[in-house]
Amino acid sequence: MPVSLLWAVDVYGRVYSLSTAGQVWEQCRDAQMEFKRVTAAQQCCWGIACDNNIYLNIHASDLPVRYQEETYENQRWNPVDGFSERLLPSDRWQWSDVTGLQHQPLDNFRLPSISWEWEGDWHADENFEGEPTEKGGWTYSMDFPATYTKDKKWNSCVRRRRWLRYRRYKAMDTWAKIPPQQTMLPDPFSDISCGGWEISDEPSGRLSLWAVSLQGKMWFREGINHHNPEGSLWEEVPLPAEVVQISCGPGDLIWAVLWEGQFIVREGISRDCPKGTSWAVVDSPSPDVAATHVAVGMNVVWALTKDNKVWFRRGVNSHNPCGSGWINMVGEMIMLNVGLNDQVLAISCEDRAVYFRQGVTSSELSGKTWRAISVPRDGDRSHSSASASSLQSAGCYFCGEVRAQSVVSDVESDTDKGSLDGASHLVASISPISPESFVDAPTDHSEEPIDTPKARIPKVTSDSFISELVSDREPGKTTREDGLSGPAVLEEEPIPGEEEVEAPTVVDSADTCSLSSVATYTLAIEDQYGADEHPLWAWVSGGGCSVDSHSQLNWFNSLVQSVQSMSLSVTPAQTAAWRKQIFEQLSERTKREMDNFRHYEQAIEQSVWVKKGTMQWWRDWKPHKWIDVHFALEQFSGPEGNKDGILFIYYNFYEEKKYLHAFINEVTILVPVLNDSKHSFAIYTPERTKQRWPIRLAAATELEMHDWLALLSDSCCNSRGIQGPPSKQAAWSVTCKGDIFVCEPSPSLEAMPYPTPCDQMFWRQVGGHLRVVECNSVGIVWGIGYDHTAWVHTGGYGGGFSQGLASSTDNLYTQVDVKSVYIYENQRWNPVSGYTNRGLPTDRYMWSDASGLHECTKTNMKPPSPQWTWVSEWAIDYSISGGTDREGWQYAADFPGAFVSIVCFLLHRKSKLTSTGPWQEIPPISLIDVTILPCAAQSSVDVVPLWAISNKGDVLCRLGVTTLTPAGFSWLHVGTDQPFKSISVGAASQVWAIAKDGSAFYRGSVSPQSPAGPGAKMYCWYHIPSPGKQKLKQVSVGRTSVYTVDENGNLWYRHGVTPSYPQGSSWEHISNNVRKVSAGPLDQVWIIADKVQGSQSLSCGTVCHRLGVQPVEPKGQSWDYGIGGGWDHITVRGNSMEPPRLPSLTAPAPPSPLPVRNMEVNGNAVGC
Amino acid sequence: IMADDKDVLRDVWFGRIPACFTLNQDEVTEREAEPYYLLLPRVSYLTLVTDKVKKHFHKAMRAEDAEEMWFEYEGTPLKWHNPIGVLFDLHASNTVLPWSITVHFKNFPERELLHCPSNSVIEAHFMSGIKEADALKHKSQVVNDMQKKDHKQLWMGLQNDKFDQFWAINRKLMEYPTDEGGFRYIPFRIYQTTSDRPFIQKLFRPTSPEGTAHTLGDLLREMYPVALPTDGEPKRYQVVIQGIEPLPETPLQWLSEHLSHPDNFLHICVTPVPSD
Repeated sequence: MPVSLLWAVDVYGRVYSLSTAGQVWEQCRDAQMEFKRVTAAQQCCWGIACDNNIYLNIHASDLPVRYQEETYENQRWNPVDGFSERLLPSDRWQWSDVTGLQHQPLDNFRLPSISWEWEGDWHADENFEGEPTEKGGWTYSMDFPATYTKDKKWNSCVRRRRWLRYRRYKAMDTWAKIPPQQTMLPDPFSDISCGGWEISDEPSGRLSLWAVSLQGKMWFREGINHHNPEGSLWEEVPLPAEVVQISCGPGDLIWAVLWEGQFIVREGISRDCPKGTSWAVVDSPSPDVAATHVAVGMNVVWALTKDNKVWFRRGVNSHNPCGSGWINMVGEMIMLNVGLNDQVLAISCEDRAVYFRQGVTSSELSGKTWRAISVPRDGDRSHSSASASSLQSAGCYFCGEVRAQSVVSDVESDTDKGSLDGASHLVASISPISPESFVDAPTDHSEEPIDTPKARIPKVTSDSFISELVSDREPGKTTREDGLSGPAVLEEEPIPGEEEVEAPTVVDSADTCSLSSVATYTLAIEDQYGADEHPLWAWVSGGGCSVDSHSQLNWFNSLVQSVQSMSLSVTPAQTAAWRKQIFEQLSERTKREMDNFRHYEQAIEQSVWVKKGTMQWWRDWKPHKWIDVHFALEQFSGPEGNKDGILFIYYNFYEEKKYLHAFINEVTILVPVLNDSKHSFAIYTPERTKQRWPIRLAAATELEMHDWLALLSDSCCNSRGIQGPPSKQAAWSVTCKGDIFVCEPSPSLEAMPYPTPCDQMFWRQVGGHLRVVECNSVGIVWGIGYDHTAWVHTGGYGGGFSQGLASSTDNLYTQVDVKSVYIYENQRWNPVSGYTNRGLPTDRYMWSDASGLHECTKTNMKPPSPQWTWVSEWAIDYSISGGTDREGWQYAADFPGAFVSIVCFLLHRKSKLTSTGPWQEIPPISLIDVTILPCAAQSSVDVVPLWAISNKGDVLCRLGVTTLTPAGFSWLHVGTDQPFKSISVGAASQVWAIAKDGSAFYRGSVSPQSPAGPGAKMYCWYHIPSPGKQKLKQVSVGRTSVYTVDENGNLWYRHGVTPSYPQGSSWEHISNNVRKVSAGPLDQVWIIADKVQGSQSLSCGTVCHRLGVQPVEPKGQSWDYGIGGGWDHITVRGNSMEPPRLPSLTAPAPPSPLPVRNMEVNGNAVGC
Repeated sequence: IMADDKDVLRDVWFGRIPACFTLNQDEVTEREAEPYYLLLPRVSYLTLVTDKVKKHFHKAMRAEDAEEMWFEYEGTPLKWHNPIGVLFDLHASNTVLPWSITVHFKNFPERELLHCPSNSVIEAHFMSGIKEADALKHKSQVVNDMQKKDHKQLWMGLQNDKFDQFWAINRKLMEYPTDEGGFRYIPFRIYQTTSDRPFIQKLFRPTSPEGTAHTLGDLLREMYPVALPTDGEPKRYQVVIQGIEPLPETPLQWLSEHLSHPDNFLHICVTPVPSD
């Protein structure tokens, strides 16, 4: 799990963060001022500072916050001037927006705040609908407004072009003030809460920010998204009564606490209405004690009452945001926060420590027990003077209400100091070290009842007034004996329904003076422990903190030395002296006890070992169906200790006992095929691959299948003498189920004229779940999950089903992948009832898959395979191509066709798969493509160029990737004018990419020294016209060859690429039915092909190898068919082994890679 | 290249001790019995792997003279119910190889040795060890969840020296929840030559209450403090596991997972450092 931060504010207003990988609270040094409250999301943290302004701290990320401003320049033709800015009076402005309605001259564009900067100057956009215009970006039309073409025609009377300029948010990792809104103040904010990022599927950045003012009003920040992180304005939200505190969860839960002590719950929150529509009221858990605080998550609500009791709300979900009843929990808290994954944090009223709720899982949302986070702060022992200024207090608002009387009484009850004078005690306690810090009494000090003019209540302490104001807390009741340490099993007392809630112990009502007790309580504690003791916390926010009940946190005992961060290749444990000692001594033991005695007889003779079981087999003859069979694996030790084996399938054929067998050393792959709820797998041999008809077997349980797969796969590897991690030359492939396979290429795999046949390649599975894997010949391997998470190969092997034996014991990590499953809801318009879900018999099923041929319903739809579990409810997808209305419906005349009278909408639901594999996550940017320079690096410290496309279409270049640090350390953002979807870097650092609109780009000026090209400017991209109006989908660049695949499955070869003309001259059609291409460092070409006819069956998604590729014939001649179907991706970019050459006088000299230097010069010449 | 932890499992499993079996002088023989040389698996049991030895010496004797076979090394009867490696490390670790074992067919030392009439006795003993270890490690949950054929596979794996067959099942016994840092208790036994007690065995957790990993040193400090070297004094004891001396800072959980015998116990031999 990536490192993320827990944020907290101490009673002096200092902001700290605690890393999930760390063991120390780090003070946010940047904050020049003190903060009252913070609320965090994963990408940023908001806060209310003591100047009552809202501040935003966006965490620096490799992907900049960048906004594209655009405006259009419009011209009309006249016979005198030709095209000129002289427009007709009825025309649009010379500079306008795309509609022409808005006047938009270039100098009208202003930066929204001082946190922004311009990235460059205005420039004209040269691209038009995926084609280069080559005419200064002008597009032509007969008149405004109309459709435009890139070519000027005889009737082109008007033209326009688009100008672009980018601005960049520069105030990263610092607290930047949100410009205050004139219409709003003077009522200052007292509470703030952000969330709502799960409401829509939009890329991270969209969130809801809610604020509460001291007068009890509520505000919603409009327009916060990735490109506008500051939002645009505050909108007041109507309320039934005055609010004191609010909490906004990641989804659609929003609860607030009223001054009167009830809760209000926001209803009607949706993607289109993140603000919600109305309020519902929920009563306090106990009728006599007011609620003081609430914290909500995705599916949970926690609350506090003024007696500091902790309450958990039962029955909360999206359909019932109000829940059904309260459960009293152990502990006395002054503040609660629900972080990511519904994890709960709290500040105890006893010691002001931050507590983490342990054992919170999706099935047990209330968790098990409170555990104090006990890590030191950085710079402990040196904070007293820094804190002094914080004594200027936002709590001045309440100063008039503070009574010295109660100060004294509270101090007496809380400390052993006896009867100190309240005021002098305050002074002493606030600043035990540096009294000179009490300077500049604020003007309102005369209002204070305390004699000493220098004494101030610490600001944040006073802020905690806000939540404590309504909590008529008994000063004497600072309970130390009860609460946190109760046994976990006994702590909950479920209460059936709200009405039946029994009143908890009634607070002694004699004492009504409570306000000051909190402040002075804090002060007294501070005095008791001294400045260096436990930090006293006022506020905590886990909204950015990605932990769950399985996270390994080092927060709970500070005695442990700080753990060294794990490096990918070598873990500290591996280098430890004790381990070295064991390996050395074991090897000595072997020498001592065995080496001289090898000729001795072995006590135990080896023999054949048979494992038997029952399974189901998809029988070979028609009608095909599953039949029960006996399955046996016989293993025996071959010469040289190599194990070999035979597997047998015993079946009945018309009452006759028969068997089928396969030699283990002929098995080329074992493929898990998890669908229709059968735990099945396929066994291929070269013969079966030719037939496109594997042996398909199903085990009774998932566990049994994994046992068999582990055993068979171990047996296959043994018989072929394959062990340990994949080599650097290995080919990687991925099935449409996300299973990952790796193949060790034989030296003659690319030999001419007799290469190793494709169907003889042996593939073994590597744990994990990915959509894409890319590698290069120095062993750098990256993957991308279905949820677009980037992963790097750790150098390990095994994982997944082969736990234990055929796995490396280090370098395996848990991998989580998330996949969306889609179904369509179809409705037909009926003249009587309008749109209903009662269709005609010939229609599609009411719920169907994308083809409309298979019925899927919300209830019968299963996750993709038994390995997957649902993690969300069905939700409408709005991102469907072709556009939807506000409810997600698409309209068509009839199924399928242009949508008019039939509506259909797409539902999606997320499912999650957890597996293990030798992969480590590279947060935080989600990727859709990645490519690694395929050629060999000179040394392990040489930087290897690695390019990627983010899921927003940004082009990224990874810095610091070497064989020792395959993960690299940060992203460099490479400017483009449009989003991209595919990228490939060739052996000579030439970069090709495909834009989302299907156009191809070649990038000049790329060199190993400056991998992203000079200044990473956008106009280094050279637009290459697409072949024959096809929209391109994917590109792969080998040593010199450039191949692309278009959306209609055509494979194209770039003709005429030479060192002096690296962008080539034209596209040449090679093949159809191609899904994906991988060109390697030998210019070898491999594809995933559809519709490969075998002797028994047709396969889609088949690995194919281009035969006959030579320097003189780079396009090759024909295809050789390998494993499939069901394959989605292959990369051969690791295989740079020159094949053995036949001794022949006519053999051409081995081609040398393009000289890199040459490339640079030429790149400059054409690219920029 | 750093070796893999899995290699340790193989090294442990395939550890062999060369042994030379000679017939006790007092045995009545019909003809002279040659010594018999054999590579003994460290992780197995003497009576399980000495069928060949029995046959060899039976050939030299009359059937009625051969009672139950037992073994002795330098006057000490060898307890077959301890793994061979333990017997060797405890009694003979500093001997010249091959390990010279005397074979007896008479005068069975009833007070010192258990009878071993058949392999099923060894199997019962071995399985009870596994069950006891899992009681310590997982409150018996793993071993109880296994089917009878899994139990059989563990035993067959040991009996036939099938590493894969054994570990295919044994890995389940080595699992633990990742958030707990190890087993509930470490199944261990400490053997000593200087005491009449068979071994020391107590409850000991793999981690401290604070969550730090316990080491071999921590275990010895609590169970057998004199085994640890004291500053400034020459080392008095060897602490031997599977024929090697791990450093005191070696994590106990790791040792338990990697250097345990097939019965899932970590057998630790403490012997005095040889005087010479």
